Amino acid sequence: MGANIYKNKKPLFLFLVPAFAFMAIFLYYPFIQNILNSFKQIPELGAMDKGWNDPWYTNYVTMFQDENMRMALRNTLIMMVVTIIGQVGIAILLALLVDNIRVGAKFFRTVYFFPIVISATALGLMFNLIFLYDKGMVNQLLESLGRTELIDWKGENLALITMMLPVMWQYVGFYFVILITGLNNISGELYEAAAIDGATRLQRVRYISIPMLHNVMCTCVILGVTGALKVFDLPWTMFPKGIPLGETWLTGTYMYYQTFNTKNIDYSSAIAVLIVVLGIITAKVVNAIFKEKDY
Amino acid sequence: MNTNKKFSAGDAVIYLILGVWALTTIYPIFWVVMNSFKAKNEILSNSFAIPTGDLFTLANYRTAFDRLNIFSAYRNSMIISCTVAAVVIVLAGMASFALVRYDFKLKKSLNSLVVAGMMFPVFSTIIPVFRMLSSWHLVNTESLALSLISVALPQIAGNLSFAIVVLTGYIRSLPIELEESAFLEGCSPLQIFSKIIVPLAKPSFATVAIFSFLWSYNDLFTQMFLLRLPQHRAITRLLNELTSNEGTNFGLMAASVSLVIIPVLIVYIFLQKYIIKGMTAGAVKG
Repeated sequence: MGANIYKNKKPLFLFLVPAFAFMAIFLYYPFIQNILNSFKQIPELGAMDKGWNDPWYTNYVTMFQDENMRMALRNTLIMMVVTIIGQVGIAILLALLVDNIRVGAKFFRTVYFFPIVISATALGLMFNLIFLYDKGMVNQLLESLGRTELIDWKGENLALITMMLPVMWQYVGFYFVILITGLNNISGELYEAAAIDGATRLQRVRYISIPMLHNVMCTCVILGVTGALKVFDLPWTMFPKGIPLGETWLTGTYMYYQTFNTKNIDYSSAIAVLIVVLGIITAKVVNAIFKEKDY
Repeated sequence: MNTNKKFSAGDAVIYLILGVWALTTIYPIFWVVMNSFKAKNEILSNSFAIPTGDLFTLANYRTAFDRLNIFSAYRNSMIISCTVAAVVIVLAGMASFALVRYDFKLKKSLNSLVVAGMMFPVFSTIIPVFRMLSSWHLVNTESLALSLISVALPQIAGNLSFAIVVLTGYIRSLPIELEESAFLEGCSPLQIFSKIIVPLAKPSFATVAIFSFLWSYNDLFTQMFLLRLPQHRAITRLLNELTSNEGTNFGLMAASVSLVIIPVLIVYIFLQKYIIKGMTAGAVKG
């Protein structure tokens, strides 16, 4: 019967064409074009290309000799580790704790999630004020605790930490909500059975909650590492152009810089291709690691 | 569990840890709003005091309204993000309906195309998109409407695949019997879609709309590329500009950050259930 209604295939085009035309023009075609662009010579963002590079893979060779690019890759890899340990780690801890309380779970969920809703640009400005050298919130706090010397949070030594802390802080709530949803899906009977068998609270967490969350955690880690490749707004607001001295480049910010400040359009296309390739590789690696682990 | 136990020492430790993290998310925002009512030198020396009496000033907000086009930036953001959300739910809704209910040869390939679409980060499409839009004279144009459209177009495309994934999941779970009886009463597929599917799938349409709106509203990268003229700036672009133009006017910065955060906070308090659902349903997107 259901098949009868939808036997006439004519309306199909009406339903499908608008959405897929949109994606073809603004997603699939540009994606392919971008790969081609990375092998061409493009003098200006809005200008025609001047044919293929000679040799065609020039940009990819440059990439491996470019010191800023190396810095961007290094920082992005650190960012991935920070997201796994910092974001997902803290989120797991918080989720397991909230799962064990009776009142206030909803309050914590609301409060923890809020930073994700705010634009990262606004948060970047806020953290600029918080980490201001002379004197933002943190340095004023340290002063009132008796520290006499001001700490240069955005200086060479600490810049990377100062950049990654807010990024990490913002998304903890996101993974927290995903994990707490996973925890709520675990059947209460399992816990009851364990409690009857005399399992302590800690044992229930270790032998029920964590193993049952395995897949959800895998999703979180994949989202975290691929997300780390896409960070742009907050670092670009707090540390534009890799300040200080190119210490804080990330793949995303460096790609933007190459487009607008160096006007090396084909090179930044190549960086974008690298971002996609890295995303696919890291997702595969995480998948492989998590699959082998058996509780 | 533990329903028959009294409040224990373990509970106290748990609440302490949870409270500390809650403090890290609440206090910075409270702090920045509080300081937006203080003069610059007070922010730099006395930032923890509550702004009452002599400390209190509205000067920062006056400067924000006089010097920055904050209202027109708000309006631009609203136009862009509402357009994105509206177009996404209409186009994605129709495509999802067809992908779920019709059987046709290309169905499998179209589904994989949708999933692939979620994997493309904006970096990997933005340059060709810019070149295309500029050849259509949609960027660097004097016309406000055209440059706002130029931001909306790639953002719509970027949200469609996620929206289709969420909506197909939901439409698949709807019982087909209603559509059958509507068909017997002479409804065309278009009527079935608009009179049965859309009303039934409202909650997931809301999820998708909220997600697309917020994603578009907060997206700085696309705005940086496509909104080149100062008078066309949307809100995140305007904020970003502040760091370079008014880098030391800390009062103004605190005020503008507050002006951006407070409306979102109010909407969030009322719609948090849907917002949290929308944002995490889009977990695969980013």
